[in-house]
Amino acid sequence: MATGVDERPVRIVDAPLAPPAENLGLFSVFKRRYLLKLLVQREISGRYSNSILGVFWSYINPLTQFLVYWIFMGEIMGMSDAKGMENYPVHLFAGLVIVHFFTETFGAGTRSLMGNKGLLKKMAMPKEMFPVASMLVSLYHLVPATLILVVVCVFSGWTPSWDTIPAFLLALGIVMALGTALALVFSLANVFFRDFGSAVNILTNYIRFGVPMMYPFTMIEGALGDKSWIYLLNPISDAVLLFQQAFWVGVTKNPEQTAATNMPDHLWMWGLGAFGVSLVLLVIAQLIFSKHENKIPERLT
Amino acid sequence: MTADSIVVDGVTKNFTLRYHRSIKDITVAKMKGRAVSNTFKALDDVTFTIKQGESVGLMGLNGSGKSTLLKLISGVMRPDQGVVKTRGQIAGLIATGAGFHPQLSGRENIFLNAAIYGLSAEETAEIYDDVVNFAELGDHLNSPVGNYSSGQYSRLGFSVAVHIDSDIFLADEVLAVGDKPFKKKCMEKMEEIRDSGRTVVYVSHAAGSVKRMCDRVICLEKGRLVFDGDVDEGIEYLHYGEDDAKGSVAQRKLDAADSALGAEV
Repeated sequence: MATGVDERPVRIVDAPLAPPAENLGLFSVFKRRYLLKLLVQREISGRYSNSILGVFWSYINPLTQFLVYWIFMGEIMGMSDAKGMENYPVHLFAGLVIVHFFTETFGAGTRSLMGNKGLLKKMAMPKEMFPVASMLVSLYHLVPATLILVVVCVFSGWTPSWDTIPAFLLALGIVMALGTALALVFSLANVFFRDFGSAVNILTNYIRFGVPMMYPFTMIEGALGDKSWIYLLNPISDAVLLFQQAFWVGVTKNPEQTAATNMPDHLWMWGLGAFGVSLVLLVIAQLIFSKHENKIPERLT
Repeated sequence: MTADSIVVDGVTKNFTLRYHRSIKDITVAKMKGRAVSNTFKALDDVTFTIKQGESVGLMGLNGSGKSTLLKLISGVMRPDQGVVKTRGQIAGLIATGAGFHPQLSGRENIFLNAAIYGLSAEETAEIYDDVVNFAELGDHLNSPVGNYSSGQYSRLGFSVAVHIDSDIFLADEVLAVGDKPFKKKCMEKMEEIRDSGRTVVYVSHAAGSVKRMCDRVICLEKGRLVFDGDVDEGIEYLHYGEDDAKGSVAQRKLDAADSALGAEV
């Protein structure tokens, strides 16, 4: 027979009566950095678990794309000889690095909630942790790719200028904010309808052709003329152009002239605008996520 | 006068049952005039308050809403209507297993699990040896938990949960999978938690162990709270203790075995 409740000591808890596991969304994620670190470590070791090549898949994927685009677009379709297209491989590779960061964040982020259902069904924690962790893992994979890019640039006779680092950071900022925003919304949608996971693959295919990576921006200006601003409404296009500004422009014979002819007017304004829009989208994504996240545990089957 | 530890006020939780998921299925169902989906109330306007230091047994048949209620108290789910409020740190097991990552080793999962409860790396290192000793998993600790048996899995989960310095301890069917010596150890550990003045919510079908652990019983039936009060009366209400219990012979035997086990350990 249990001892009566009156005979036992009672622990006095110095805490307010509050809803369990209150969640402030991305702020909670930021507050619990140690848990985030563990999840990122897990993702890094888990993303390619049970595969022989392991983390090399992160490089094989963009590398093979690079070779295919270089051979077919550059050499066979003749993009390398296009007007104002010096050093096509660097142009292509710089674009691929930042685009791959985006598509990896988008794809892995979308699968992140389903992939961690074992935890989500049993433990209370900010669910935003998982899309954010996916973005950080992709950012981690970006580091060696960027180093390779820098080495390639140096061997191609690179002259970095004052704007290399700001352009690089602004491009990262755009993709981090936009990638996280899309990962939040699509991971949520993917819990309710698995179709979204498949749709992301199609979208990422379009993204590769929708940015100035395989072809120069001048081609878009030639095709759209005055209306080429429409093309720049895509934040990923702006991020890719900033990457070209940071890396590719410096390996051409006359960087100033290249920047003047190949980059859109007001590149920095477009970049800052894209970053601002991405931050607004992140706030909207958080609001959508908060509205529907309480239905996630019961739909994780 | 002790303070409230858990307040559940007018809580309702609906689940959507989906029969058809794809466009093809939905179209066919619509044409035949069948329902595409329907909702059912897992919990229906449940209200109760648990004081600090109370040990409450949550009972009811399978599907009566016990686990859903624990998920709402632990914060894994949120109610559709009503309010759930708790005071202090919550730890425990929901539906026999902890939230583990199958690809991670037992060791890594201990750190991840503790971090989800809000422990830092140093705090986890402090309890680590106790957790490992209690779980008695030996060399398995370094292999992925995906390879664990269900018994090993819940051993590890229970071991982490009891070593968290929680103010509220939730235990759901913890005795369902472990072997007898481990069940005994679990019961003793839970009594220790109860006797230290922490709030305990214990879900079990074993009348004997509820009698031993709890000083109050709450019964659920199809999502509704049907009984809240004395332990013996609660068990009688559910006919668990009686020999002429309703249900199949097998179920009666199982109940009897459970009761015996609860009384014995």
